[in-house]
Amino acid sequence: MTPLLQVRNLKKEFPIKKGIFSRTVGSVKAVNDISFSVNEGETFALVGESGCGKSTTGKLLLRLIEPQGGEVLFQNENILTFSKEKMRKARRHMQMVFQDPFASLNPRQTVERILEEPLIVHNIGTAKERKQKVYEMLEIVGLQKEHGKRYPHQFSGGQRQRIGIARALMTNPKLIVADEPVSALDVSIQSQILNLLKDLQKQFQLTYIFISHDLGVVRHISDRVGVMYLGHMVEMADSEKLYAEPLHPYTKALLDAVPIADPNVEREVITIKGELPSPANPPSGCVFHTRCAQCMEICKKAKPEWKEVKPGHYVACHLYS
Amino acid sequence: MERKPILRVEGLQTSFFTDDGEIPAVDNISFQVYPGEILGIVGESGCGKSVTSLSIMGLLPAPQGKIKAGSIFLGDEDLVKASEKRMREIRGNEIAMIFQEPMTSLNPLFKIGNQLMEALRVHKKVSKEEAFQRSVEMLRLVGLPRAEELMNAYPHELSGGMRQRVMIAMALICGPKVLIADEPTTALDVTIQAQILHLMKRLNEKLHTAILLITHDLGVVAQVCQRVIVMYAGKIVEEGDVQTIFQNPKHPYTKGLLQSIPDIRAKKERLFSIPGNVPKPGSIRQGCRFYTRCMFREERCRLEDPPYYELENQHRSRCWLHEKEGKTADDTVVASS
Repeated sequence: MTPLLQVRNLKKEFPIKKGIFSRTVGSVKAVNDISFSVNEGETFALVGESGCGKSTTGKLLLRLIEPQGGEVLFQNENILTFSKEKMRKARRHMQMVFQDPFASLNPRQTVERILEEPLIVHNIGTAKERKQKVYEMLEIVGLQKEHGKRYPHQFSGGQRQRIGIARALMTNPKLIVADEPVSALDVSIQSQILNLLKDLQKQFQLTYIFISHDLGVVRHISDRVGVMYLGHMVEMADSEKLYAEPLHPYTKALLDAVPIADPNVEREVITIKGELPSPANPPSGCVFHTRCAQCMEICKKAKPEWKEVKPGHYVACHLYS
Repeated sequence: MERKPILRVEGLQTSFFTDDGEIPAVDNISFQVYPGEILGIVGESGCGKSVTSLSIMGLLPAPQGKIKAGSIFLGDEDLVKASEKRMREIRGNEIAMIFQEPMTSLNPLFKIGNQLMEALRVHKKVSKEEAFQRSVEMLRLVGLPRAEELMNAYPHELSGGMRQRVMIAMALICGPKVLIADEPTTALDVTIQAQILHLMKRLNEKLHTAILLITHDLGVVAQVCQRVIVMYAGKIVEEGDVQTIFQNPKHPYTKGLLQSIPDIRAKKERLFSIPGNVPKPGSIRQGCRFYTRCMFREERCRLEDPPYYELENQHRSRCWLHEKEGKTADDTVVASS
């Protein structure tokens, strides 16, 4: 079976501009040569801390921003070669759910109108059929028909995220890129939305790219995980394997840093030191070497290779080469 | 053991007076902070945890926010009755506070050194030289390298984690009895959060400053606090030491909340979830505040607010389920054991 999505050597640089003529004085390599593939019906999670490039990757996959290099194959077609019009049509199959349900819904439109919009844009159905679909979708995501007449501000955060999810599902997409979909929500609401996402995946055979900084959440939702650091993918494996046996020192440190809701777990050891270096001026060699507890001489000079060290378990670290 | 609390909140009621009428944000809560302990207040958005801390500091947004009733005793002094002048003497000196976003409390126009020294000069009336020395020492204590150089740096030159360290240094420089930390690590990445939490614990052991930690993150509470208070819709629903609350929670809300957390140690097929939405402040004014979302609810819960039951050794919970096992704890004045 060919994967639904294949990403090869994806690259994105943002220029740093200075002065009154906006002269380009440097660049931030936000996404630096990353590759992965996602099978139909699975959830692939991208995790990492702020500035690691996970959200940029998400936007690149839908071409909301344009990459400098690489390929994004969706159902075996490189969408980076698509014309504007063709890309617009292709987005019917690839939708996005955003972090902030307050900012991503038009405050001047009723929920009905917000949900109908994607159908109008993609010219799907008659007015009557569209209304029907809106009502069905409201019920599917756990809202009621009456909610359609209301405006976004009349809903709580959790309900708004349900609306955001409903909007993404309106065009029957195959792939959903969800960028921190539960980060803005309270714990008791977060679990509702995670369960909803799982149910919808089963019901509609959805494929998810789930972008998150929360390793607990990722463990519950994902089948496979890619760990990013300063624009690089440093480790990728099946979720169960990654949590049971993380290989990269960064992944280990990240897992160690998560506070656990159990007072009997002692987590005194701080395995990661210092702070994230500036992405405009990343360290030489392995980008993690400045903070790595197991840093060797070679790590400062040579960039580690992306290697499959066990079946399906990839890591970029000199400890494994 | 006989312990005398340094901070006693008794029957505190704080409301916001808006165009839509009065909105009770904190509804008759009482608790104590003991010397040297780390006490957590945990709850979801709108539960009143931040309003509680602002009430203690006398920093409620005027003119909407008002303390309607109750007392806040720092030692023997009631802060609710204290004048603004007296509060200025207390803030930063006897009670200090750190916030979620350090940039909002650091002045971008002044050097770190000036801001640290100002607190000392105002409250402790020390000489410039001494203020400088003590500021440098404080920066070292919070684990900042090149402390002398940092004295001349502006806040924008520092990373988020370093700023939060500076904030902690500034809060502790006058040796306060109580430090209120309102979501101090929420804006930070998880690896930096681990460093800051570790620092707070270390300083608490070293300086014996009591910390009131306000957070939404039960993981943070479990790792750092000795005791915890759970708030829901303006009321305290449960309190106890962390072992008890995490191993043997009694209130249906606490139970639900703990079960909802995705645990990093094991994958669950389905997460437990509390149905319904987090109530807006003031939207429920009768009966148990958790009634609409509770799976153990009875008709009585809708009409009558449950009393606060003392279950065992300082473990209290506000739920009708405990009617048989617990004795009612007096709501407004809880005697220290």
